[in-house]
Amino acid sequence: MTNLTGRRPVPPASPHGAHARGRPPEPRRGVPTRAGGYDRLDRPRRRVPRSRFRRRALIPWLFLAPALLLFVYFKLLPLLQAIKMSFYDVRPYKGDLYVGLANYLAVTTEPLFTKAIWQTVILAIGTTGGSILLGFLLAILVEGQARHLWLIRTAAFLPVVTTMAVVAEVWRIMYYPDRSGLLNTLLGWIGLGPEPFLVSEHQALASVMLVGIWRGAPYDMMIFLAGLASVDRNLYEAAAVDGATRWHRFRHVTLPALRPVITILCLLAALRGLRSFTEVFLLTNGAPNGSSEVIMTLIYKLGSEQGQLGVAAAGSMVLFLAIATVTLTVNAWRRRVATR
Amino acid sequence: MTRPTTRTRQNENLQTVLGLQSQRGPVALLLKAVLYTAITVVFAGPLLALLVGAFSRLPNPTTFSIWPDGFTLDNFDVAGRRGVYGYLLNSFIVVGCGLLLQMVVSVFASYALARKRFRGAALVMLVVLASMMLPDEVMAIPLSVVLSDLPGLHINLINTYAGLILPLGAWGFSIIVMTQFMREVPLSLEEAARIDGAGELRIFWSVILPACRPALGVIGVFGFTMIWDQYLLPLIVAREPSHFTLPIALWTLRADDQVGIGVLLAAALLALLPSVIAFLLFQRQFTRGLSVEAIGR
Repeated sequence: MTNLTGRRPVPPASPHGAHARGRPPEPRRGVPTRAGGYDRLDRPRRRVPRSRFRRRALIPWLFLAPALLLFVYFKLLPLLQAIKMSFYDVRPYKGDLYVGLANYLAVTTEPLFTKAIWQTVILAIGTTGGSILLGFLLAILVEGQARHLWLIRTAAFLPVVTTMAVVAEVWRIMYYPDRSGLLNTLLGWIGLGPEPFLVSEHQALASVMLVGIWRGAPYDMMIFLAGLASVDRNLYEAAAVDGATRWHRFRHVTLPALRPVITILCLLAALRGLRSFTEVFLLTNGAPNGSSEVIMTLIYKLGSEQGQLGVAAAGSMVLFLAIATVTLTVNAWRRRVATR
Repeated sequence: MTRPTTRTRQNENLQTVLGLQSQRGPVALLLKAVLYTAITVVFAGPLLALLVGAFSRLPNPTTFSIWPDGFTLDNFDVAGRRGVYGYLLNSFIVVGCGLLLQMVVSVFASYALARKRFRGAALVMLVVLASMMLPDEVMAIPLSVVLSDLPGLHINLINTYAGLILPLGAWGFSIIVMTQFMREVPLSLEEAARIDGAGELRIFWSVILPACRPALGVIGVFGFTMIWDQYLLPLIVAREPSHFTLPIALWTLRADDQVGIGVLLAAALLALLPSVIAFLLFQRQFTRGLSVEAIGR
């Protein structure tokens, strides 16, 4: 029999399966029967003939092969491609020209890029802070078991599962910069407006930010609710026994318990903000006058529309390094807090 | 209903931070009603307006309102003539094949990572975790270069379904979730199957996978919404309208001579429904996935 690799043909599902294949299980030196027990955990390695051992070692890689292939082609190779292109002036059909750090220099010094970088940072900080505050407020307002609260939570969560493209188009219509626009109508009711929103240099970025907050807050709300549910209710009880006011309970029991959740939400929201593309692309595409340009829209314009692949790749690398730095820093900080 | 005693009232009070549920006076009720209505209107209102607008004749071609204005299906007719159902079909092809590929690839990889000990496992895990730090959007332009001429194969995947679908297969989140879950499946189940003479594939298919059904639900519904929300990847891969998915085709429908933004609203509604329906049907799995994403990382 050559089927010793563990990749044997499927046996009949009878209790005598092993016998039926003519290999009765024999107890070895009082050890419980392990007729099919080619288990890595309890089989002494020296017993395994070399060739069989090699084939057994191959099994995990066979299972991993599709994933590895896809990761290499669509994650690793693009990354290597980006690193390579970022040092070249990419000229299709004419051969690439090595330019050293010129692309990175352009990304970090050209006003077009520095402006986009600052606006990305502002957008990321704004959406992060806004969505976490609003999400937290929502969470404590709709916390509870009642059926109607569940309904409200579900309704409030809909923006998160709505495609960003649809969110952007809906808000673009609501932001219509005329008295007839939905938001301007609402503002009109309280005697304000009309505001130009997306077509104003001063309001475009803030308008985009509001959309990010609107879509991010319910997400944060759900995470906060999960965090609130895991707060030990006995602590509430103990606080009540000690005569703590609601504010004290909130300040000294709830908030400390939520600290890890807040940290991770900051990280997730910041990453969401740094890489935001779709909403900016559809709402303003950087207009007016570059006042809402972010790194991703600039990279897309340079790389896809103007063929400046080298600069676009350098921009991608800078953004990637920023994201990696933020992630690693926050994670290191979380670990330090957790072990303290 | 019996009146709540002071004791239960106090307990309810301790269940939540604000203790809103136990506030029962008329003023408190009114306040709560206003508050909850406001939350619902702010977050679900715009989507409701979209739903209403998609079915109404809009008096003003540039704005939409929450009040319906005569029921009509014209918007969908016009949308059909502008190719929306083709885009929708493309979206379904991409999400169907992409999700299948993503889940199959992930469960196979997780089986190896969770149930096998082998040299290099830690490295593979590190690569998967690192890939989660690399958002798809950031590497989109380099990815488009790779897709236009696959290294070693010299195949151009731009403007093909393969180009839209294959990159979706590499998603670290699914692998991490599945691996965590598969580690919990007791070894005794696997051993029992081995004693019965089951082979590796058999154990994978009829022992481990059935035990992981909850995790499959999580990665399924999460993968679905993630793929449905894809924008930049289809944008760089589909250069011709024949391969547009519905989300990236939306901006081409911003106005129409006859129905104004009605055509956009109809198409947007079609782009919105699948992921919302998936969420409503599998809310439990979705919520679990959320907490894994935020806290399990």
